[in-house]
Amino acid sequence: MERLRRTMMFVPGNNPGMLKDAGIYGADSLMLDLEDAVAVSEKDSARFLVYNAIKTIDYGDTEIVVRINSLDSPFGREDIEAVVRAGVDVIRLPKTETKEDILAVEAAIYQVERKIGREVGSTKMMAAIEGAAGIVNAYSIAASSKRLIGIALGAEDYVTSLKTKRYPDGMELMEARSQIVIAARAAGIYALDTVYSDVDNEEGFRKEVQLIKQLGFDGKSVINPKQIKPVHEIFSPTSQEISKSSDICRAARAALKKGIGVISLNGKMIDKPIIARAERVLQLAKAVGLYKEVIEDAE
Amino acid sequence: MKFVKNAAAGTLESNDIMVMVAANDDGGIKIELESIVEKQFGRQIRKVIQETLKKLQIDNIKIVAVDRGALDYTIKSRVVCAVYRACDTQGDYNWEVLS
Repeated sequence: MERLRRTMMFVPGNNPGMLKDAGIYGADSLMLDLEDAVAVSEKDSARFLVYNAIKTIDYGDTEIVVRINSLDSPFGREDIEAVVRAGVDVIRLPKTETKEDILAVEAAIYQVERKIGREVGSTKMMAAIEGAAGIVNAYSIAASSKRLIGIALGAEDYVTSLKTKRYPDGMELMEARSQIVIAARAAGIYALDTVYSDVDNEEGFRKEVQLIKQLGFDGKSVINPKQIKPVHEIFSPTSQEISKSSDICRAARAALKKGIGVISLNGKMIDKPIIARAERVLQLAKAVGLYKEVIEDAE
Repeated sequence: MKFVKNAAAGTLESNDIMVMVAANDDGGIKIELESIVEKQFGRQIRKVIQETLKKLQIDNIKIVAVDRGALDYTIKSRVVCAVYRACDTQGDYNWEVLS
């Protein structure tokens, strides 16, 4: 089963209390932030804290991602050194514009892995695309490294680069969101959506999550624990979807056994993409504990 | 490592510890601790500070620490950061010692 990445919760890297508690809210991934959430004067202290947090705190099965500073800054290389040594799961690059950005970070990770004897390739990467150039290059970024597990949209910088701002209906992000999903799917990696900053507006948040699910995203970045539950609810299949998918998969298996090419269920033809979607719904339902595979009797 | 200035790391926020360090010209390690959990954890906090200094091979230091309920990982991180700042080390940290 693929890993669930419905929610990636941002945690400021220099806040010991938040780092300590971040694992208890049930996010699929935690993104410990060494970049925008940390003042330039505190980059060193945040790096030591995140290093020791990863080595010490038991985050269970939660995936640990660290957003590092760019390699162009004086902090990026030392960030990589620290978090690869600490055993981070994924390094997130900010403001990725070209595949060369990915390859430069990959080379730095490789060096640290070799130096400390960590399995080469075991540190995964993800890229945040936060500008017009990054969207134009989305596929070449997404396909640039075997280490990449996903690409994410960083909307605040992106809308600024377009000379616009964020609007409630999200129209200004439609093209970028679609490009991210298409590039991620073509490269076989995850597509993750940007944050929704108005934490108290649950209705607006839910609408946005519905929209990104419709577009094909795997999940969303969240900035507050209370945003986790709505995302998980919206990304969980309904009982109706599960039951329909289960019927489709059962009919497909039965047809395969009998050697029938064309499958029909309740008078409707079922073809390959419908079966693939049904399988995906069941996989997701199984992963969130809503569905248990039953051993089928011979039909 | 050689101290070139006084330095501090950490904050006075809950779960954190503010660590201020200076060279101790008389030699030895001198720790002054103020903690909201001094009675229960004072000994443990001092122990973590001592162990961290030992790893960094520092034996001439004055530390003033104001604790707001920090866990060991935070104490360790703040001590290391304050010491490196006092020695004006920027990058090329000895991560192996910190492991």
